[in-house]
Amino acid sequence: MPDSPVAVEHHEPMLQHHFADMEQQRQASSLGMWLFLATEVMFFGGMFCAYLIYRYWYFADFATASKSLDITLGTVNTAVLICSSLTVVLAVRAAQLGKRQSQVVYLALTLVLGLAFLGIKGIEWTSKFKEHHVPGASFHFEGSVPGHPDQPVDQQHAQIFFSLYFAMTGMHALHMVIGVGIFSYLLYCAWKGRYTPEYHTPLENSGLYWHFVDIIWIYLFPLLYLIDRKK
Amino acid sequence: MATAVIAPERENYLNQEYGIKSWLLTVDHKRIALLYLVSITFFFFIGGFFALLIRLELLTPAGDLVQADTYNKLFTMHGQVMVFFFLIPSIPAVLGNFLVPLMIGARDLAFPRINLLSWYLYIIAGILMLHCMLTGGVDTGWTFYTPFSTAFSNTKVIEAGLAIFISGFSSILTGLNFVVTIHRMRAPGMTWNRLPLFIWAHYATSIIQLLGTPVIAVTLVLVVLERALHLGIFDPTRGGDPLLFQHLFWFYSHPAVYIMILPSMGVVTEIVPCFSRKRIFGYNFVAMSSIAIAVFGFLVWAHHMFVAGISLYSALIFSALSYLVAVPSAIKVFNWTATMYKGSIRFSTPMLYAFGFIGLFTMGGLTGLFLAALGIDVHVTDTYFVIAHFHYIMVGGAVMGYLGGMHFWWPKISGRMYPESLGRFSALIVFLGFNLTFFPQFILGYLGMPRRYWQYPPEFQVLNVLSTAGSTILAVGYLLPMVYFLWSMRYGKLAPANPWGASGLEWTTTSPPPTFNFEHTPVVDWEAYDYENIPAPEEARVAG
Repeated sequence: MPDSPVAVEHHEPMLQHHFADMEQQRQASSLGMWLFLATEVMFFGGMFCAYLIYRYWYFADFATASKSLDITLGTVNTAVLICSSLTVVLAVRAAQLGKRQSQVVYLALTLVLGLAFLGIKGIEWTSKFKEHHVPGASFHFEGSVPGHPDQPVDQQHAQIFFSLYFAMTGMHALHMVIGVGIFSYLLYCAWKGRYTPEYHTPLENSGLYWHFVDIIWIYLFPLLYLIDRKK
Repeated sequence: MATAVIAPERENYLNQEYGIKSWLLTVDHKRIALLYLVSITFFFFIGGFFALLIRLELLTPAGDLVQADTYNKLFTMHGQVMVFFFLIPSIPAVLGNFLVPLMIGARDLAFPRINLLSWYLYIIAGILMLHCMLTGGVDTGWTFYTPFSTAFSNTKVIEAGLAIFISGFSSILTGLNFVVTIHRMRAPGMTWNRLPLFIWAHYATSIIQLLGTPVIAVTLVLVVLERALHLGIFDPTRGGDPLLFQHLFWFYSHPAVYIMILPSMGVVTEIVPCFSRKRIFGYNFVAMSSIAIAVFGFLVWAHHMFVAGISLYSALIFSALSYLVAVPSAIKVFNWTATMYKGSIRFSTPMLYAFGFIGLFTMGGLTGLFLAALGIDVHVTDTYFVIAHFHYIMVGGAVMGYLGGMHFWWPKISGRMYPESLGRFSALIVFLGFNLTFFPQFILGYLGMPRRYWQYPPEFQVLNVLSTAGSTILAVGYLLPMVYFLWSMRYGKLAPANPWGASGLEWTTTSPPPTFNFEHTPVVDWEAYDYENIPAPEEARVAG
C-alpha cells in the first residue's frame, strides 16, 4: 500500500490519488454505478406505482386507450433497443480483448440504434399529438369499453392513461438522450484508444446504465402497449 | 500564539493552497465540508428569520404583523428552507463529509469530483430557491399537497419544486459517495465491527437518501408536469387521486426525518463514550439499531395520513409499525445511559449538547408515540401538538446533535479551541430557549390551537407569548456559537491532535489534518471506543 501521495505517481496512469490500487478503484466505481441504478429503480418506481393503481381502477378505459398505441412501432422499437444492448456488450468485450477498431464500430452502432429508437418514438408522439391524445385542454379520445360497443370510454380516465404514457415514455426517452450523450463521448475516447484491457471502467459502467434504460423499456412496452390485446 | 511564532505552521488542508479558486475547484472532502458549512449556515439563518417572523406574528391573537397570504408563505418557506436546505444536508454534508474518510482511514471519499458536484447542485438549487422567495415565494406548505399545489395556488410552485428536485440530487450523490466509501475505502484492519458508530449511522442515513430521495424527485416531477401541462394524475376533478400524492410524498418525507436524526445519533454516540471515559455499551445493538431505524422508517409513512381518508385497516397496521420504530430508538437512548453509568463524566460543551439531545429526543420520541396512536392522533392532527413534536425531534434532536458535533470536532476542523465557558453557556441557552419555545406548543396543540393560522383566539395568548419569548432566547443561543467559532479561528488556542483524549482515527492525525489525511495509511488492530487504553485528556495534551 503506497504511503505518501508521491509514491502513487504514476505506475498506473488512470489510478486516482486516493485509491490504493486499480482493483479498489474499479470496484468502487462499479458499486457506485449499481447504487445509482438502485436510485433510478426507485425513481421509475413512483410512476410504476401510479400506473398500477390507475390501471387497477380504470382497467377497461386503460385497455381501450392502450389499443390506440401503434403496436408495430412499439415492437420495432423493442427490437431496436435489445439489439443496442447487444452492441454495448460487444463493445465492452472488444475493450477487454483490446480491439480498438471493433470497439469503435460497436459503439457507433449503439449510437445509431439509440437514435433510431428516439426517432421512432418521435414519430409515435407526433401522431398522438395529431390525434389529440396529448393530455390538456384539447384532449379527446374516441373509443368504447371492451365488450360494450355502445359505452364510450371515460375521457378523464383515458387522459390519465395518456398522462402516464407520456410521463413514463418521456422520462425513459430523457434517459435515452442522456445515454446517447454519454456514448458519443465514449465513442470519442474509444477512437482515441483510451480503453485498454486493463482500464475500461467507464465503458463497463455506461454499459450498465444503457442496459438499465433498456430494461425499463422492457417493462414499459407490455404495460403500456399490450393491455388486454387478446381478441 | 507563542508556538506559532517559534515553529512555522505545519502544512495542512487549510494552508496548502490559497485563493478563491483553490476553494471553488477543490476536490478535498475537508474543504468541500467547509463549503457546505458556510452555505447551510446561510440557509439556516434565512430559515430562522422566517421562524422569527412567524413567532412575532403569533405574539398577538390578531393578524397584525402580516396578512394571511404572507403568513402562508412564511411557514411554507421556513419549512422548505429548513428541511431541504439545512437539516437534510447538515450533519452528513458537513461533519460526515469531513469525518467519514478520516474515521475509516481513507485519503478521501470514493468520488471526490462527484462530492464537489453535489455541492454545486446544492448551490444551484439554493439560488433557485432564493430567486423563488425573492420574487413571490410559495404558499403550499412545505408538503406541496395536491390539488392545491397543482390547480389552485397562485404562487411559484414550479420553481420551488424544481429547486427541491435539484437539491435532492445533491443529497443522493452525498449518500452514494458515503456508501461506496464505507464499503471500499476502509483502512487495513478497519473491519465492520471496528467502525465508529458515527459511520454506521451515516451508512443507514445514506441508504435512506439513496432509496427515498428518488421517490420525492419523481413526485415533484409529476406535480410540476401536472401544474404545467394539466395531466390530472393527482387531481380528483380529473379522475386522479390526491391520496396517491400523499403516499408518494410521505414515502420519502417520513424517512427524511431519519435522514435528519440518525446522523445526530451518530454524533452523540461518539461524544458520550469520550466524555464518560468508557467503551460504548452494546456496540452491536447501537449499530444495528441504526439499520433498523432506516428499515422501519420506510414502513410507517401513512401515519401522516390517518385523517386523510385511508382505510381503517391500513391505518391500524401503520400505527403498529410506527410503534415499532420506538424499539431501536429506545435501544440507543438506553445504551447511551448505560455507557454513562459509572463513567467518569466531564461536563464539557459537546457533552452538554449530547445531554440536551438525549432529553429532547426522548420527549420528541415519546410524543411521537401519542401521534402514532390512532385515537389521540385524530384529536391532535394539524394542531400545535404536531408542530411541537417534530420540532423536538428536528431541532431539539437534530440541531442539538449538529451543534454538539460541531463543538466536538471544531478543534480538528479549524485547529483551534473555542472558548469553553462560552460553549457551555451556549448549550445551556439553547436548551432553555428551545424548551421555552416549544413546550408551550404541546399544551396549545392539546387545547386545540390549529397549525398554519395567522391569528388565534385570545385565550391562547399567554402560551404564545412564552413561545415567542423562547424563540428570541433560542436565536441568541444559535448566534453565539457562530460568533465564537469565527473568533476562535484567529484568536483561539492552538488545538493539539487529540484535545479530548478521544478514540477514533480522526484524532490520530494532526489538527487540522493534512490534505491527504494521514502521513501513513493507518493499520487498525484495536477495537472501537478503546477508552481503557487511551490516556485521559490532560496527559494527552502533554504528550501531543
